[in-house]
Amino acid sequence: MKTGVNYTALAVLIVLFLLATVMGFWAANWRRKGKLESLDEWGLGGRSFGTWVTWFLLGGDLYTAYTFVAVPAAMFALGSVSGFFALPYTIILYPIIFVYMARLWSVSYRHGYITGADFVRGRHGSRVLSLAIAVTGILATMPYIALQLVGMQAVLEVVGLGGSASVLAKDLPLFIAFALLAGYTYSAGLRAPAFIAFIKDGLIYLVIIVAIIYLPSKVGGWAHIFAAAHAKMTSLNAAGKPVGAFIPPSQAYWAYATLALGSALALFMYPHSITATLSSRSRNTIRRNATILPAYSFVLGLLALLGWVAIAAGTKPIGLDGLPNAELVIPQLFEDSFPAWFAGVAFAAVAIGALVPAAIMSIAASNTFTRNVYREWIRADPTPAEEAYVSKIVALLVAASALVFVLTLDKQNAINFQLLGGIWILQTFPAIVFGLYTRWFHRWGLLAGWAGGMLYGTIAAYNVINPATGHHFAGSISLIPVIGQMGYIALTAFAINALVAAVATPILDAAGAPRGHDETSTEDYFADEGDPRVEKPLGAIAAVRH
Amino acid sequence: MKHLDRDIDAGAAPPANKALLTVAAVLLAAPVVALLWVGSYARVEPTLAGFPFFIWYQFVWVFLCAACTGGAYRLVLIARPHRPMSTRGEKRGEAGR
Repeated sequence: MKTGVNYTALAVLIVLFLLATVMGFWAANWRRKGKLESLDEWGLGGRSFGTWVTWFLLGGDLYTAYTFVAVPAAMFALGSVSGFFALPYTIILYPIIFVYMARLWSVSYRHGYITGADFVRGRHGSRVLSLAIAVTGILATMPYIALQLVGMQAVLEVVGLGGSASVLAKDLPLFIAFALLAGYTYSAGLRAPAFIAFIKDGLIYLVIIVAIIYLPSKVGGWAHIFAAAHAKMTSLNAAGKPVGAFIPPSQAYWAYATLALGSALALFMYPHSITATLSSRSRNTIRRNATILPAYSFVLGLLALLGWVAIAAGTKPIGLDGLPNAELVIPQLFEDSFPAWFAGVAFAAVAIGALVPAAIMSIAASNTFTRNVYREWIRADPTPAEEAYVSKIVALLVAASALVFVLTLDKQNAINFQLLGGIWILQTFPAIVFGLYTRWFHRWGLLAGWAGGMLYGTIAAYNVINPATGHHFAGSISLIPVIGQMGYIALTAFAINALVAAVATPILDAAGAPRGHDETSTEDYFADEGDPRVEKPLGAIAAVRH
Repeated sequence: MKHLDRDIDAGAAPPANKALLTVAAVLLAAPVVALLWVGSYARVEPTLAGFPFFIWYQFVWVFLCAACTGGAYRLVLIARPHRPMSTRGEKRGEAGR
């Protein structure tokens, strides 16, 4: 790789980054009707976003910088099973969320829910179950935020920053980026990432389209690219096994399908996805978005292929520490193949791409903390202004701890936790999504299922050991009991979760364990913009009514 | 006991055309089934402009899936039109007595 700082690219990166920052601060006043001092305003942008804003916001939220770095890296290093499942995953995602996210929007609109755990509290009448869902959400989100910084670090490293021997100078750019992020998140709330998402998504589309048109002809055409990828994946590694998969072999079909399905079911259980969904204006905004969001999936698929373009281009992703690091492959490919100024645009796309999801994730995690931990367990009935204040402070803490996470711990820890986070977050699915349709499950049965799924998932992930290094958490697939195929641990844990909940429910009912109070009613799940909202006193009356 | 501005038919879903909803469900299920059936497309031939079948087939599904979801959206709107809650509550409230 080229050594030293790429000043042209760096200058372009800084200019675009500052533009995004200015937009972030300015966003506080964007389309604002009331005061910013409530969670509805600060944490959900006033529930005012229409179809296109939501499209940009969700696109900016779900297709994160880390995705843009990690998916091509997996394609480059391990091939299609580890990398390309991202395409079917983000395709089947939309028909799946089409089914239940509109219901979640409606009931949340009626009852003023801000988080998934809010809904669980109202539907199942269980504080403990709600706390379990909230804590799972926060735990799964934290490493995800940290990984956004890893994505940003990859870009900075290729630009030539961060190699300095001094610890302070090494991490200074990351500090600055994060201070800016924290600043506008604090002052503008969800409006900041919604607004920055315009520039982020615009840059991503521009860069990927240019890359996918320009690069293949430069390295000898698609046929040559696939031949090079095939050659690399079928070659043998030190252990005498193929490096990876060019096309999934039959013994990997289950892995490929369960990775896609499990990830698709899990994605909208993350607090940041729920936050972005609930910030939309009407029940059907999310459904209209389900038909137009696949545009991002298309881009993600192209981006995955860039991992194979890099194989044909002979890209050598070597970090400033001199060690090979597959995560640098896309930034390195861009630096090697593009003129310096356009490489700068591409780097800005990734760096700004880290800011949008990081901001939404901090907001979502802090909303969850405020609503489902602070208000529920620490201080009942805070004023809306107090809620917003607590959320703002917690958002800063969340962002700061993600920074500490990345700077003090080995990056591998963040990746391991993110892998665990994906497994964990899927365990909130029964309480939330089953709950949207039925009250059949007993609240404690759901809690038992959650605990079982968490336990199984964590142990199974721990037991995946890298044969070369002996490290635990070496991957997210393991043998599925009964079926006897390799599959995504999250989905197996989810099946155990649902099974435990289903078995425990009749037992708990027979034992006379009390059911929780359900404050929702069937019609709430069909409410739309303009319908009356359930006021808090009414909620209390509803309790008497039942 | 007074129902206090709540709908008299609280607890009921708005009426829906079940047949249309079923068609919508099929449209939504089709992409999921097609892509989870990995054995149906995990092969190289026939290639298209140098792209293995495995790759281009999944890209084609991006568009097919968007079409399916879009179709399902239209159907769902027709099958279960939105009934505003407030007016319904008042009208039914009087008619019910």
